[in-house]
Amino acid sequence: MGKHVVVIGAGPAGLETSASLAKIGFSVTLVEKEETTGGHLNRWHALFPALLSGHEALETITNGLNENIIIQTGIKVTGIEAVNDYFTVSGHNGWLVKADAVVLTTGFQLFDAHRKEEYGYGIYENVITSADLEEMFSSGKELVNRHGNTPQRVGFVHCVGSRDEKVNNLHCSKICCITAVKQAIEVKKRLPGTEVFCFYMDLRMFGRHYEELYKEAQEKYNIQFIRGRLSESTEDHEGNVVVKVEDTLLGKPLRIKTGLLVLMVGMEPASSSKSLADMLGLMKVSDGFIQPVDEVMHSNYTEIPGVFVAGTSSGPKSVSDTLTDARSAALAVADYLNK
Amino acid sequence: MNKKAIIFGYTFTRDRQIDFDANNHDICKIVAAAEPSLNLCISCGSCAATCSAGLFTDFSLRQVILLLRRGETKDLDKEISKCMLCGKCQLVCPRNVNTRNLILQISKALTSARP
Amino acid sequence: MTFDLFVLPFFLGLLFLLVVLVVKYSRWIAMMDVSDRVKAGMALFSVGLLKTVKEIFMESLLHRRMFRRNPLLGYMHMSFALGWFLLIVMGNLESRVYSGGHINPPYYPIFLKFFIHDKRVLPFEIFTLPGFFRFIMDLLLLYVLSGLVLALFKRTRSKWFGLKRTTQHNSFDKWSITSLWLIFPMRLLAESFTAGIYHGGGFLTNTMGSILAALLPEQILVYPAWWAYSTMLGVFFVTLPWSRFMHIPTEIVLIYLRNAGIEQGKYPGSFSEIELRSCPRCGVCIDVCQMNQAGLTGSTAVYFIRSLREQRTDTQLNSNCMMCGRCLEACPVGIDTLGLRVGARSVDNQLVASDFSYLRKKTADSKTAEVVYFAGCMGHLTPGVKQAMLRIFKKAQIDYTFLDEDGSICCGRPLKLAGLQESASKLVAENTVKLVNTKAKILVTSCPICYKVFNSDYQLESMQVMHHSVYIDKLVTEGKLVLRPAKVKAVYHDPCELGRGSGIYEQPRNVLKQIAELSDVTEERVNSLCCGGSIGDLSMNTTQRNVIRDGTLGVLCESQPDILVTACPLCKKTFDSGNMIKVKDIAEIVAENMSFPKFQEKTTTLVDP
Repeated sequence: MGKHVVVIGAGPAGLETSASLAKIGFSVTLVEKEETTGGHLNRWHALFPALLSGHEALETITNGLNENIIIQTGIKVTGIEAVNDYFTVSGHNGWLVKADAVVLTTGFQLFDAHRKEEYGYGIYENVITSADLEEMFSSGKELVNRHGNTPQRVGFVHCVGSRDEKVNNLHCSKICCITAVKQAIEVKKRLPGTEVFCFYMDLRMFGRHYEELYKEAQEKYNIQFIRGRLSESTEDHEGNVVVKVEDTLLGKPLRIKTGLLVLMVGMEPASSSKSLADMLGLMKVSDGFIQPVDEVMHSNYTEIPGVFVAGTSSGPKSVSDTLTDARSAALAVADYLNK
Repeated sequence: MNKKAIIFGYTFTRDRQIDFDANNHDICKIVAAAEPSLNLCISCGSCAATCSAGLFTDFSLRQVILLLRRGETKDLDKEISKCMLCGKCQLVCPRNVNTRNLILQISKALTSARP
Repeated sequence: MTFDLFVLPFFLGLLFLLVVLVVKYSRWIAMMDVSDRVKAGMALFSVGLLKTVKEIFMESLLHRRMFRRNPLLGYMHMSFALGWFLLIVMGNLESRVYSGGHINPPYYPIFLKFFIHDKRVLPFEIFTLPGFFRFIMDLLLLYVLSGLVLALFKRTRSKWFGLKRTTQHNSFDKWSITSLWLIFPMRLLAESFTAGIYHGGGFLTNTMGSILAALLPEQILVYPAWWAYSTMLGVFFVTLPWSRFMHIPTEIVLIYLRNAGIEQGKYPGSFSEIELRSCPRCGVCIDVCQMNQAGLTGSTAVYFIRSLREQRTDTQLNSNCMMCGRCLEACPVGIDTLGLRVGARSVDNQLVASDFSYLRKKTADSKTAEVVYFAGCMGHLTPGVKQAMLRIFKKAQIDYTFLDEDGSICCGRPLKLAGLQESASKLVAENTVKLVNTKAKILVTSCPICYKVFNSDYQLESMQVMHHSVYIDKLVTEGKLVLRPAKVKAVYHDPCELGRGSGIYEQPRNVLKQIAELSDVTEERVNSLCCGGSIGDLSMNTTQRNVIRDGTLGVLCESQPDILVTACPLCKKTFDSGNMIKVKDIAEIVAENMSFPKFQEKTTTLVDP
């Protein structure tokens, strides 16, 4: 076919889009600013709802790549220009590639929990994020708090950095609720004697098998769910994190000690998504994610012909939704290039 | 309350049920007009969790807003009188409800509504 | 002759004005508290009277504060005030030269050139008395006219005067201003026409007279010109009590009462009525008010004061003020804009009465210690500050008790700022008991808002109240805390309540300079910008606050610092949400950069937090 596609960002979306495009027969340059591919999926131990191994998923995706794909890591894209009916994509050090179509798969970044100072991340030792916990699962080591002790009680705080005007992220990050339920179960599996509490505003169990997992969390693992958003946490003399919520269903303030507090940090648009959108002059939307033409019929198209988007760069998604979206993007690109 | 039922065989008490149509919603309308961010509240409870007065009483702004919305305004002035206007609730609200102005507007509306 | 019909508009206008002023001022004085009236009376016989006269001269005539704001603006205001004052004084002296000791009716000096046509040609004119007066009167008229020309320019070129925005006057003021502006051109015309006929004027009027005589029928126009002059004066006087120019007499009364030790007191009251009418609507407060950035220009002090004076109760105007104090700082008259705002709110917010009796339930005994630490409400939402202070206390081996460790009662200032003084007093009473029970010598607080009210409203016997930045400075000076430098570029933000509100600017900088490389900020100390987080504002929404916050951050970050240091948890929280630069409280940066003191004083207890 002779047509060349540049895919920017080698996370699950970028990898799968490239694989699909290569299978169709296009040549692809997959460029990634980090030194390794795989994006955030490298850090996830087990994927909801069925606890599929993150590493295995990544391996499967990577196995789908073939020789039509050139992978360039360690290169940050610094410019994209539309020239007649093709594009030139440039990076630092004079890296330059010509593309007949471009796919933006720059993904997301996790909310920096330090910004919610009142929750104590970086101030109280036993406050960690969901990403930190996932790494602790991956390490295979015993689950202990920062003092090396087994926590008698673990708390999960939903909606950290999401649905929060105070940090300018009004959107819901979609997958944190199910992640919290998953991680709660994983904690209970490793520490059956530990109490686990989830502090939520809503429980967004939107996907298939999610509600069932929630039920399993309650029934099999005795995980307790308290509807109340944390206002602040403090530390007691033993290093326990003391949580202040209102038990809204009872209508009373509640004070509870936890040995380890896990903050479910949300998804924010990646800084690269924002800078690429600026470079291309794409329409800006208040939540900062890249806006496709519409979310129903043209969810992979941007308003610039030849520029496509897939994965979490256009909004929070689960890994399975990301992969589906990536394949859909490949079809859209093929449709565009074959005209 | 059940004591009365036992003694007399019937009860003077109201139903526990919120009779939405019978309730007076004027105060809510006045407050919503004066402070539109009232409509943004999702009853997450952050305000009540951080509340200074909440340490000593069962005052809960989340509860007050819900009662206001349902038209259950009978004891609202007693609740509102507990607020110290410290502003912690406004600092934690994820929907940017202007909670302090809301309290002032509810207080004003209740005062004007008194016969 | 010493009378003509044309003097009537002036004369009757002046009489009318004097009667109105006497009635109004007497009413206000009668309304004052007995104690205030006594103070006002005593001030007449005190040495302080000289100070008052000096201030009246410096501000009402010379407009010294205006000059400091912008020299051209100061000159313009001064020329009207001082020029007109001297015209009256010199005119009176001049008329005595001609009337030889007879008592003249008040309009006589004003219209002297109509009644006296001194056609003498005097050698070395300026060294003769009449010649001197001819010269000086014309010079003073030119002086006032130069100010008028500037005032006309200011309408379109306000930037020359250091003002981006000027006051949008209402119709009544516009008429009054017009009459004022026409007075002196009319005087010039009248005196010039007369000089054109009789040649009895000075350098200006004679010249103008000759020119006009060549162009116009001066014999016909001279008498109408005097009528016009008199009428403009009359209109000005008659409109004065209800226009912005009421500030001319009222400012003098304000300065007198202020120096007599009278304060704003309860609102509404005489002092505040006098303050409202002392506002000249000069508009200097408009540019400094950050509400402009949020599109809330109408809330600026000048419009707020105007609304109060016109008795148009506008709760939006009253509640939309960050109480940052920048307008108070800029006001050339020194009107207590913040006090007026709180006063207006106290009238608006007649609410369900507060009931804090529940506070008496919790009678947990305060521990006793040398130092009592009060983090304040906001402190709990910025635990970094709290933790830092505890580490500092521990490092300096201070015997302290953390009064609101488990959460606290509010200090009461938010209620005060909302105009709810009665409710605030109840909280003050409860907290006072708890504080006094600690028997501490020093009260250290992290929050400038609490700090301000502890000083103003709390009776804490011999307990010394300190803001934590001042306390840290003290610890460093006493050698109990040793700081080590860190390679970091910082800027310091003066919180409104700590800086303008409490006059503390240097101690935080003293401490910070020992750790970081401190850069200056274009608007700092008394001119520091508000972060936008203010609890003084009751109705601004978050979008508007964010605009103000971002504007302030822009100015603070001009020198591209690594960190922004502040001394107020509310400022910290607000700036943090801007996500533009790393923000630390002074306590945090100190706690991160402490080394062991050269000597360790032996203290009795090492208290673990």
